[in-house]
Amino acid sequence: MADLTCKIAGVTSPNPFWLASAPPTDKEYNVVRAFEAGWGGVVWKTLGEDPPVVNVSSRYGATHYNGTKIMGFNNIELITDRPLDVNLKEIERVKKNWPDRAMVVSLMVPCNEDAWQKILKRVETTGCDAIELNFGCPHGMSERQMGSAVGQVPEYIRDVTSWCKKHSDLPVFVKLTPNITNILYPARAAVEGGADAVSLINTINSITAVNLDVMAPEPVVNGVGAHGGYCGPAVKPIALCMIAEIARDAACKSVPISGIGGISTWRDAAEFIALGSGSVQVCTAAMHHGFKIVEEMTDGLSNWMDEKGYKTLDDFRGLAAKNFRNWNQLDMNYDIKAKIDPEKCINCGLCHIACEDTSHQAISVAKQDGKNVFTVVDQDCVGCNLCMHVCPVDGCITMNRVDNGKPYMTWNEDPRNPANKKSA
Amino acid sequence: MSKPAELPANNDVDIKTGRLTQKQYEENFGDIHPPLDQNNAVIEASRCYFCFDAPCVAACPTSIDIPLFIRKISTGNAKGAAKTILEANIMGGACSRVCPVEELCEQACVRNTQSEKPVKIGQLQRFATDELFARKDAQFFTRKKPTGKKIAVVGAGPAGLACAHKLAQEGHDITIFEAKPKAGGLNEYGIAAYKVPDNFAQKEVDYILSVGGIKIEFGKSLGKDITLEALRKDYDAVFLGLGLAGVNALGIDGEDIEGVEDAVDYIEALRTAKDKAKLPVGRRVVVIGGGNTAIDIAIQIKRLGAEDVTLAYRRGPEHMSATEWECELAQTNDVRIRHWSMPKKLVSAGGHVTGITFEHSKLDSNGKLTGTGETYTLPADQVFKAIGQTFVPSPLQDNGKDLLQLTKKGRIDVDADGATSLSGVWAGGDCTEGQDLTVAAVAGGKKAAIAIDRALREKK
Repeated sequence: MADLTCKIAGVTSPNPFWLASAPPTDKEYNVVRAFEAGWGGVVWKTLGEDPPVVNVSSRYGATHYNGTKIMGFNNIELITDRPLDVNLKEIERVKKNWPDRAMVVSLMVPCNEDAWQKILKRVETTGCDAIELNFGCPHGMSERQMGSAVGQVPEYIRDVTSWCKKHSDLPVFVKLTPNITNILYPARAAVEGGADAVSLINTINSITAVNLDVMAPEPVVNGVGAHGGYCGPAVKPIALCMIAEIARDAACKSVPISGIGGISTWRDAAEFIALGSGSVQVCTAAMHHGFKIVEEMTDGLSNWMDEKGYKTLDDFRGLAAKNFRNWNQLDMNYDIKAKIDPEKCINCGLCHIACEDTSHQAISVAKQDGKNVFTVVDQDCVGCNLCMHVCPVDGCITMNRVDNGKPYMTWNEDPRNPANKKSA
Repeated sequence: MSKPAELPANNDVDIKTGRLTQKQYEENFGDIHPPLDQNNAVIEASRCYFCFDAPCVAACPTSIDIPLFIRKISTGNAKGAAKTILEANIMGGACSRVCPVEELCEQACVRNTQSEKPVKIGQLQRFATDELFARKDAQFFTRKKPTGKKIAVVGAGPAGLACAHKLAQEGHDITIFEAKPKAGGLNEYGIAAYKVPDNFAQKEVDYILSVGGIKIEFGKSLGKDITLEALRKDYDAVFLGLGLAGVNALGIDGEDIEGVEDAVDYIEALRTAKDKAKLPVGRRVVVIGGGNTAIDIAIQIKRLGAEDVTLAYRRGPEHMSATEWECELAQTNDVRIRHWSMPKKLVSAGGHVTGITFEHSKLDSNGKLTGTGETYTLPADQVFKAIGQTFVPSPLQDNGKDLLQLTKKGRIDVDADGATSLSGVWAGGDCTEGQDLTVAAVAGGKKAAIAIDRALREKK
């Protein structure tokens, strides 16, 4: 059996599955239920200064897809709306009762050293394992010059991180907002400030839908709506890319990463870890299905690791990040062609119409015994994968390598590259 | 196979009315499939792959653009979905309920070849049309400006109604002559009640007529109240959607004894009955036939309270024209199906049927059906004949001579446009050859309407 023990920035948990700082970690009741269900750790919902914020009614928006609920999810909820004292007492008690689980406390206070120093002193008394600086929330708090308003200015990130390192011995996780043009700037700033880890992604600025009756963005609050933070399965590809960028960036100095963004299954978690994540944080999937999903996640990850022969998470951590390259490092001589297995084909024609209307007209159609037979025209197939993706039958369309005997040649080496012609 | 035990004949005829409570009648003749709700419709719609050159469309006699209407359902555009359906098939609502989809569109669904269940096209079609008919703005068909042309349609069944509706849109004025007191044809009088509950057939007829330009003269029977020659003289074109007026006989002695009934007549009585409790129902019932009418009468008589219902068919299961789904429905309704059973003799007492004797049958080495010599007798209080309907040509005869050409099978001979051998006269539906289905009748009526319209415009 694989060992799922997770160690990141001095924080140890029995498995890498943490609940992200969000409604599921707002109070003792929920967190205890999560630990009972088997979650490895939590990042407590963001604490702020008293008096606590006040939240509005109607807080979540969702993107449903083809009758499947919650492909994407957003919220306009602010940080915890409970008094600091209450939260701190509960954190202390939970950590005491569940010593083996990771207890990270998320924080967000105004951008001055004094405010951070004050809250750190209080948080340290809880016995928590680490703090996470919420520089991510794109809604509400940013209007008060906190959350992503800080996270979008690398200098602020650096400064706040260094204050926290100065005034506390707790490991500091810096939670990054994806609402920037290049994730490396805030990530490097966090590293510069002394961050022990970065957590990403926070939610993406969004309007999930427009209510066409009210003519207002969802979630509608009395006839109008605000932008909110987008998360859930739909954001996973964006999160993976940002994590991979940080994982391979020399200036980020292999800073540990707590991966976040649409993680719903063990496979999602494995992908995040393969790109360099230490722990993984989950929210939407738990809000959709409850805490029990962690059973599938731990079991699935463990079984997959056994099959692959990985004994610990470190055995495969970051393996895929090594193969994350810029486009100009790809092999220009790599050649694949689609092949349709006539035995598996169900004659739906989706490959044909996709290629015909929107690609390279490389799948012909002919009637045979009253049925349409689809065939790839090799000389027109550019190996784009579109037909394989639209085909509803697993394994029916495969992309097969053409053995052209040519060596690995990048665009930088390619004679067709105009830059190379000039120099020639 | 061992010889079945000889069952005793029936000595005390047991035919009764009111075998069930009012509530039981309501339950037994309510909707056989509960309709899909919005959420389930969207989920089912999302199973459709939106195939290119979709096989389901090719399998539909009216060529409904099935992937398109299903996609419209998935996006919450049920009205648009219904429009796609009804523009191709004005009786899309009835067809969604009565079509043997397992042999048409759903049989062609590519999901079958994936060892999966096909998309529930029939149920989705019903969802879309039900949603439309529930709206105040359901009528989206319009009429072109009046042409002044008059067209006679004989028969207000699916073929006649489809033909009339199409012609009315083109601006012609239509008079339908219908022998019965209501329109709808078999949808009103012949289809099993639980397939079209809540007076659906009449609601659909009302929708079709609400386009305008169509009037119906009820109680007008061709050959009695009106003649083909007079219609040809008085109208610019004539469409015949006569249906099948006759039923096949068993060809054994005693067919006229009491308790031996035509399934078609009984179903009509059932469909028109104000109170189902007044229908006479035997305790032990035998149905003879292998088609959907046989299934329909067997299930309905069971649902009217018959205790023991046997459907006997002279050939094997693979020869039955009733679909597999229909046969399963019969079996789950506790109807016993006996194959390879040829009716030999009706047993009676006091002029009333008490049983029926069958001879086991088989196919001989030439593939011909023969009896094995072994017989068995089933006690029966009622015997229903459901061995096929026939076209009755007499209304189209003048002094015993056919006015228009019939096919070898005795149906009206038509060309690809539905034109008969007689100029100015078209025909469609069950009175012509082809599948005897509502959807095929609609296709025939529509096709003829297009040809009639073209002919009338060319004529001027």
